[in-house]
Amino acid sequence: MRFSETLRFAVQAVLAHRMRSLLTTLGILIGIAAVILTVGLGQGAQQQVTSQIDALGTNLLVVTPGSSTGAGGVRGGLGSASTLTTADARALSSRVVAPDVAAVAPVSQASETLTAGTSNWTTTVVGTTPQWRTVRGRTLLEGRFLTQADLDSVAPVVVLGPTTASELFGLRDPLGQTVSVGSVQLTVVGVLASAGSSGSASLDDQAITPQSTAAQRILGGSARTTVQSIYVSATSSSTLPAAYQETRAELLNLHGVTTPDFSVTSQESLVTTATSVSKTLTVLLAGVAALSLLVGGIGVMNIMLVSVTERIREIGLRKALGAAPRVIRRQFLIEASVLGLVGGIGGAALGVGGAALLPGVIGSPVTVSPLVVVGSVAIALAIGLLFGVYPAGRAARLTPIEALRRE
Amino acid sequence: MTHARTATRLLPLTADDEPVIELTGVDKIYASGSLEVAALCGIDLRVERGAYLAIMGPSGSGKSTLMNILGCLDVPTSGTYRLAGEDAGTLDEEELAHIRNRRIGFVFQQFHLLAALSAWRNVELPLIYAGFGRAERRARALAALDHVGLADRADHRPSELSGGQQQRVAVARALVTEPALLLADEPTGNLDSASTADVLGLLDELSAAGSTIVLITHEADVARAAGRVVHIRDGRLEHEGPL
Repeated sequence: MRFSETLRFAVQAVLAHRMRSLLTTLGILIGIAAVILTVGLGQGAQQQVTSQIDALGTNLLVVTPGSSTGAGGVRGGLGSASTLTTADARALSSRVVAPDVAAVAPVSQASETLTAGTSNWTTTVVGTTPQWRTVRGRTLLEGRFLTQADLDSVAPVVVLGPTTASELFGLRDPLGQTVSVGSVQLTVVGVLASAGSSGSASLDDQAITPQSTAAQRILGGSARTTVQSIYVSATSSSTLPAAYQETRAELLNLHGVTTPDFSVTSQESLVTTATSVSKTLTVLLAGVAALSLLVGGIGVMNIMLVSVTERIREIGLRKALGAAPRVIRRQFLIEASVLGLVGGIGGAALGVGGAALLPGVIGSPVTVSPLVVVGSVAIALAIGLLFGVYPAGRAARLTPIEALRRE
Repeated sequence: MTHARTATRLLPLTADDEPVIELTGVDKIYASGSLEVAALCGIDLRVERGAYLAIMGPSGSGKSTLMNILGCLDVPTSGTYRLAGEDAGTLDEEELAHIRNRRIGFVFQQFHLLAALSAWRNVELPLIYAGFGRAERRARALAALDHVGLADRADHRPSELSGGQQQRVAVARALVTEPALLLADEPTGNLDSASTADVLGLLDELSAAGSTIVLITHEADVARAAGRVVHIRDGRLEHEGPL
């Protein structure tokens, strides 16, 4: 018997009891939609976290000072000491000392109020070097970034984040305009491009000035060469561990200590933590969805058993007319698969539709990958098939004599 | 999904000298628990090609068991059954299904038409299991319906047909594969007298045209239509010959 005929019989049987078939597929449908949505929510959250962390700079190491011990033995927290200097940053830039380090940017920052004409805006003023742009992986919207010449000449220039620029200048072009920080006048030479849609606001809201300008004119402080942190970017993610070792060894050497008075952290650990949290959540939700699929599958089995019992005489007749047991088995397997498949396709449609609507309702991104959609439809088909095995086997085992005699 | 068998066409008719049915020393014993019940004891029966035989017997006589064995719905416990020259006594379920499909046309008391299918769709069913293509199935089904005088009812559902017409559709279904044997199990049991005459008339015509027919009944009036009648009682064939 041809497959197309078997399929036709199966579809006819499904259509013969429309309401019943609909309700049966509903179980699968809800399960599949739930799987697609929960996996989509999980993946969306994961992507959001990953891209946010990526926006901080890939292959990035952050060196922060260790704790300081103040008068009376009170120990400050990490970062409270002032052990990092511009000299440290320069040393790390050496290709000889740290061959796996691509770029180094010392950073000193403080919250300051900027004024431009009549408008003012409080933002983070960052004093750094031209390498900052490479390390943080930023691009410019317009103008130029800081240069070594700016740094050397303690130039009164600033590059604004896009948010900062629009807050201070609105729709006007900020290039060449002057912003004041206290009594210091700075000329805007460039505007950064946004760090991406998923970037947190603080990445787009900052004012970048040369490290020398910041230290000597704006931030002040005890030592003009002290920096708050040093960003170090590795040549690639695979050389990140090597870059970590080189940075650590070089700083220990420079500071002449054996126990570090600084700490080196990578974004890697942050990514791992963040993704493991959302992964756990996804697994939990997908588990609940899988349970509902199981229930849907049991529904298919239940209806298929009813169908076999109800059509016992038809099965007997088909057998008498020459349908071999395997043909009968195949017919019922395909019937169950059709129920599963219809539920799967409906569920996929509902899931994809829900994924389009849900972000507007709950504000979380939902990522639906084609693989998940195709995969869940395949799972629905497989569930129909799997839960059809027992009813189909029962139908196949019926003896035609018994089946025909049944009233 | 093509099985070697489904691709084969209907088997050629048997050689003229070969009997359609040849039962030799057939026993059928049902075991229920420790109790063994002999439904058939030492049945010998020959039905030549073109014969019209009625098997008569009261209920519980083993009539149904005999019919099941003749129809390859069941196999004998011992003895041999040759159907159109082929040993049908030792086949497994799959082979039995195959032989039912190719060699036997069934007509049942309850018609056993599928209510959801039109007349010609019902008639084409055996051809589907024989692996025929769509166009040929339809052509053969319509020819078979024409044969039983229902060409104009091809698209009617069973519920739109009278009892006699339904049984005619069932006969068309039995004929469509050109079987070696037409096996009718109480074909008039659910029909009024007019329809009974109608169906028996059809069987007569088929017999006259050369079909081999075995009719199972408990009604003497119906059995009289056949050329030859055998009686079965307590699992044994009692007496062979015209009534």
